[in-house]
Amino acid sequence: MQASNNLWRFRGVTPTAMLAFVYLYLPIVVLVVLSFNANRIATLWTGFSFDWYLKVMDNDNILRATKNSLIIACGATVLATSFATMAALAMAALAMAGKRFRGQAFINAMLGLPLLVPEIVTAVASLLFFLALGLDLGLMTVLIAHTVFCIPFAYLPIRARLEGLDPRLAEAAADLYAGPFATFRRVTLPLILPGVLSGAMLAFIVSLDDFVITFFVAGAGATTLPVYIFGLIRMGITPEVNAVSALMLLVSIAFVALSYWMGQRKS
Amino acid sequence: MSLDPQRRLRRKLLLAPTTLTLLLFMVLPMLLMAWMSVLAPDTYGGVRWHEWSVDAYVQFLYERDLDDSLTLNSDYLQIFGRSFLLAGFATVVTLLIGFPTALYIALKEEKTRQRLILLISIPFWTNLLVRTYAWMLLLRNGGLIDSSLTALGLSQGALDVLYTPTAVAIGFVYSFLPFMVLPIYTSLEKMDWRLVEAAFDLGANRWQALRRVILPLAMPGIVAGCLLVFIPAIGSYYIPELLGGGKSLMIGNLIQNQFGTARNWPFGAALSFMLLAMVLLAMWVYTRRFQRPPGE
Repeated sequence: MQASNNLWRFRGVTPTAMLAFVYLYLPIVVLVVLSFNANRIATLWTGFSFDWYLKVMDNDNILRATKNSLIIACGATVLATSFATMAALAMAALAMAGKRFRGQAFINAMLGLPLLVPEIVTAVASLLFFLALGLDLGLMTVLIAHTVFCIPFAYLPIRARLEGLDPRLAEAAADLYAGPFATFRRVTLPLILPGVLSGAMLAFIVSLDDFVITFFVAGAGATTLPVYIFGLIRMGITPEVNAVSALMLLVSIAFVALSYWMGQRKS
Repeated sequence: MSLDPQRRLRRKLLLAPTTLTLLLFMVLPMLLMAWMSVLAPDTYGGVRWHEWSVDAYVQFLYERDLDDSLTLNSDYLQIFGRSFLLAGFATVVTLLIGFPTALYIALKEEKTRQRLILLISIPFWTNLLVRTYAWMLLLRNGGLIDSSLTALGLSQGALDVLYTPTAVAIGFVYSFLPFMVLPIYTSLEKMDWRLVEAAFDLGANRWQALRRVILPLAMPGIVAGCLLVFIPAIGSYYIPELLGGGKSLMIGNLIQNQFGTARNWPFGAALSFMLLAMVLLAMWVYTRRFQRPPGE
């Protein structure tokens, strides 16, 4: 391999990379360690304790915020993934037919918008839009906003999966008298399922983690976990915040690891 | 393959949910925001729908005195300048750390590469708010960094880094580093390494091979990485809020303020619109500057 050859060792590359990995993980490790700290003063280690986790589990506000987060993440994932699957199927079919239609570039640009536009701009625009429509800010407005920014995250892996699909399989199904729906359910869907699942998982994490947009469009009754944590942090650094933050990290890490593992399995 | 009308209709129907959702809840709100930026503000938030006004943009540069005369006011310009500076600094530093890291990963064996990329991706997908909070624990007086520096005798007294622009910069570099490494790695991974071997065969040293072969080929990834760091950094809201402690206000904080205590929606809309315009401009300039055919 390249690395075995002396010529390929660029000076400073290895230490920089090591530094980068330490830099990325040091805060996470410190946060998790301190969440098990027995002491009330959140940054001074005195002994091991599960107390703060028990306190978190007992906190009604945190439980309510977690429930809201899960409702919204599940709703947005289902909506965004099904919309994105449909759109990816149509776009792939159009690309395969070699036909460019007028809206194609426009749709691609629209799908890129939630990824490119700074979150705060999307947040302000959504807030103003909901208020102008006279909608009450709440779970509904958060769900709509989340669905919008989850669509591109769900779309990209599905589209990538469809790109590697042999079109002759669907044609064979059609030759065997399968209708369009049967072809989709029995042939296309099983083949693109890994893409759909990884898209859904990305959408779920992105929704669960979102703070800025939710902070703007959530009313008093739709506080999600990140919004609640932000409120706690602003009030001060406490061991409860450490514990709930560590839990939040754990969920994300579990999801990424799961999606990595699924990706490994398919190949 | 020809498209009969029925299939065409089916495709349009399949595209409809995504297209309508994005049009109605992404594009339309942006247009509404642009429109609201040229309306007059109502007293307690909201806008006067029938009263046009460019006051929001005037307010950005000038202060209106009691006698209605305008004097130049650089407060908001300074906030924009600071945002550019901090986001630009974060972009440069993440590039300096991110490029060697991506190169390091790209030169590893296939299996190791996948594991290292997973290590880079995990922070990318974990909650940024929580990771920012972790830096508050590290940076504050009496925190890990402060107490270890004192224990080592490297500093006397408090570190006083938290709630300064330095803390914001550290937070930015940390938060957006994966955004730099991943696209650069992607372009390095796709690269034909035989070109570098050819450069070595032709007598290039490591530095020349890096500068003349690897860097130009990695350019699309570098440009993408810079955009992916710069754009979220310049619009960032809670990193300056939490690590800067309200002392190093950035555009995002200023915008949020217009919907909180200041209650000036048109000004908030105008600021958001200017931020959006700058981001689109930066993208346009970057792509024009860097997406030239290789070899110029």
